[in-house]
Amino acid sequence: MKAAVIVFPGSNCDRDIALALEQSTGTPTTMVWHQDTDFPELDLIVVPGGFSYGDYLRCGAMAAHSPVMREVKRRVEKGTRVLAVCNGFQIVTEAGLLPGVLMRNRGLKYVCKDVHVRVEDSQSAFTAKYNIGDVLRIPIGHAEGNYFADHETLQMLEAEGRVAFRYCALDGEVTDDANPNGSQRNIAGIFNKSRTVLGMMPHPERLADAKLGGNDGRALFDALVETLA
Amino acid sequence: MNHASTMRNTRITPDDIKSHGLSDAEYAKILEVLGGREPNLVELGIFSVMWSEHCSYKSSKKWLKTLPTTAPWVICGPGENAGVIDIGEGLAAIFKMESHNHPSFIEPYQGAATGVGGILRDVFTMGARPIANMNALRFGDPKHPKTRHLVAGVVAGIGGYGNCVGVPTVGGEVNFHASYNGNILVNAMTVGLAAKDKIFYSAAAGAGNPVVYVGSKTGRDGIHGATMASAEFDANSEDKRPTVQVGDPFTEKLLIEACMELMATDAIQSIQDMGAAGLTSSSFEMASKGGMGVELNMEAVPCREEGMTPYEMMLSESQERMLIILKPGKEGIARKIFEKWELDFAVIGHLTDTGRMVLKLRGAIVCDLPIDPLAQASPEYDRPWVATAKQPILAASQVKNLPWREALRILMGCPDIASRRWVWEQYDHMVMADTAQRPGGDAAVVRIHRSNRALAMTTDCTPRYVKADPFEGGKQAVAETWRNLTAVGARPLAITDNLNFGNPQKPEIMGQIVEAIKGIGAACIALDYPVISGNVSLYNETDGIPIMPTPAIGGVGILDKLDQMTTIAFKAEGEAVLLLGQKDDAGWLGQSLYLREVCGEEKGAPPPVDLAHERKVGDFVRGLIHDRKITACHDLSDGGLLVALAEMALGGNIGAALENVAGHAVLFGEDQGRYLVTVKAIDASAVQSEAQKIGVPVRRIGITGGLDLTLGGESASLHDMRQLHEGWFPAYMANAT
Repeated sequence: MKAAVIVFPGSNCDRDIALALEQSTGTPTTMVWHQDTDFPELDLIVVPGGFSYGDYLRCGAMAAHSPVMREVKRRVEKGTRVLAVCNGFQIVTEAGLLPGVLMRNRGLKYVCKDVHVRVEDSQSAFTAKYNIGDVLRIPIGHAEGNYFADHETLQMLEAEGRVAFRYCALDGEVTDDANPNGSQRNIAGIFNKSRTVLGMMPHPERLADAKLGGNDGRALFDALVETLA
Repeated sequence: MNHASTMRNTRITPDDIKSHGLSDAEYAKILEVLGGREPNLVELGIFSVMWSEHCSYKSSKKWLKTLPTTAPWVICGPGENAGVIDIGEGLAAIFKMESHNHPSFIEPYQGAATGVGGILRDVFTMGARPIANMNALRFGDPKHPKTRHLVAGVVAGIGGYGNCVGVPTVGGEVNFHASYNGNILVNAMTVGLAAKDKIFYSAAAGAGNPVVYVGSKTGRDGIHGATMASAEFDANSEDKRPTVQVGDPFTEKLLIEACMELMATDAIQSIQDMGAAGLTSSSFEMASKGGMGVELNMEAVPCREEGMTPYEMMLSESQERMLIILKPGKEGIARKIFEKWELDFAVIGHLTDTGRMVLKLRGAIVCDLPIDPLAQASPEYDRPWVATAKQPILAASQVKNLPWREALRILMGCPDIASRRWVWEQYDHMVMADTAQRPGGDAAVVRIHRSNRALAMTTDCTPRYVKADPFEGGKQAVAETWRNLTAVGARPLAITDNLNFGNPQKPEIMGQIVEAIKGIGAACIALDYPVISGNVSLYNETDGIPIMPTPAIGGVGILDKLDQMTTIAFKAEGEAVLLLGQKDDAGWLGQSLYLREVCGEEKGAPPPVDLAHERKVGDFVRGLIHDRKITACHDLSDGGLLVALAEMALGGNIGAALENVAGHAVLFGEDQGRYLVTVKAIDASAVQSEAQKIGVPVRRIGITGGLDLTLGGESASLHDMRQLHEGWFPAYMANAT
């Protein structure tokens, strides 16, 4: 699998996710600077977490208009997979690759902690190694992760099975207590219509190594390698 | 040179001298350095910051010199931007802790944020990629009307900066006491990693080499920050808000990446960040250390607004700026890197061999100072001091004996013991994906990238002990960091110290400084644990009321195998609980949290630290951890044995049945040099006899299991303990206590 991580000024999870990918692919991950638009053919593009351009406008709003994102959109049209995590999720929603928006957390504060998410779909290249209903423990770290979309959009996402992950309790029950940021319908991650783009707030790269206390995120990268190899 | 013709001479008035925080004697010394000539305002400003307490350590230098700073593994001790130790396999750990107390009281968010930014720069300027941030915070009485606002602002500021920069904030400490009502403490620490043979220093060399300014533009913020940090506060201190700098973590992130990229080339001769006193201290110190002169063209300094004077440019404390001496002909390579990262880059002058600091504005000399004489004449005081009167040792019989369950409930939910989850969940403690032990344990553990080794780090100080007996308190602060590192399985290597005290011109405060430093030194020697960097923050007083003496210690150690790491959480039911290091059954309640929180008294002598005992017990515990005999380990500190036990039980959600311990003095005393460990039941007697063989006191005090703590027919449920422990902070911050 040929994978690349986009690096914006202010990205700070680029190295982490590149290493998580490398762990699954066995080869170094390509890093693409935000001003580069002529990167090679790829199977997977990662839009990583961080504070792109300082996030001084709405989170992800400036990165969404960077030269590299125009190219990412073209690649998505050609079917290249895109994994967008945290600030990456904010960027791809701002870029229109996924519907909805990530608002300020319900508690108004930045939150870094492990959360549980329930796998809602296992038919994508990202989630193929999970089963529907699996409960994963994956960390979040964000101040703007409160997923919002209008009613019609939410209905469409549900009808088309495009909700990838939902915040849940340890036993898999989707409760308001388990919702760390106020996201509608506890949504933690969604797909585009063709399931080639996944945006998610939790960081699978942060628990992809048992030595750090958990590796529930690992299967996501392994699945990509198996599907796209 | 005829100064009258080249420098516009505004006469210095007594008011100017006073407003620059200089004494008459110091001004007389300035005239002497200048050979009788009066300084102009720019020069006076430079003298004032270079001779400020903050930059010159004039009150503490005499005593700081007595601290042990060497060991075979110390690569660079105090005097550089941060200390450097050899951690093997070609790597060095670089770290330091620094205060940002006064700005954080005036403007908590920006004060704390720029404190983090400043300490990060101190570390990456030496060539290290920052891998972890820590902090040590002290706030006033929770009931004080300002405390909640200050806690919220400081925590948000630390998080706002560290989270964006992408360096995990992995641990620290938060305490409350009325002595900090008017003067909170915000001490920030950064730990970085560098290749041992690629460390960058600040001594300038090579006449003619270009002096380069990189980073953010210079604005009018923070002018006289160093002078402010060297004076007491009063009711009007909030008027000083304009002297607080504003941080931009995004620019800092770019600056880290750009500096790392430049450091990978062979372009840098020396480099230093512009911290306190900005361009003045960086250029002056670099030239001074290298025995060089420096000439700067002020019109080349990138400025945020037009019409800034050389005085403002030299004294601004605008953030996210660095000064670099490049090797000849390397301007092009360097410029390209900083342009890529969209940062300012300007050649603002060059080194000379004149030994003078010459500043020019469009060709006209606006400052001409002799560097060496100014540094040599820097004041150093042997301030009068008096020893703190010893307090009587408090017998257990003099302290009210509350049933253990009742006392434990009070302690678990008290401000100084309650869980700090509310705080650290606002810090990104996992970015960089190497955090192996998160906040909430004895020490944070951060894996060395792409290896199976790790650094452990902790910050500690018990100010109530230091106040009661500065010597023992200084020892205890060092010993507690050593113990916390040991408890996770690390080998303690070195410390950084952040000495926060009141006004050193008062002999009793100076006495606290002197004795605490002596105590720190004694512990460092006994534990082979040198001081490699530090910071002194004096004049922490408001309206004449000093803070409790608070020499915060940051300790760093190494785990040669990450898999040997332990945590405080009970791991399984049916395991033996052993108490190691308990010398007798007297139990030390003087200055304990039990005494303060349960009995409402702060008195008595603090627990003494027997350093030989400390080392023997700690080395034994570490050996057990490395031999994988221990399943959980926790040092005993605030609140004593039962609080430590409850924290271990909550960590694993497994209770324990206790025996062989009784009485408030044993259950809540704060005797030093003790650990609680769990071992598999079948290993218990072997571990006990091993301990006895080498003279480490050991006692089996119970067995893990159930969902309660039980002792002497009474029990406390973990559910109840958890609610008390987790509940206080969020309830307090929501104004619901």
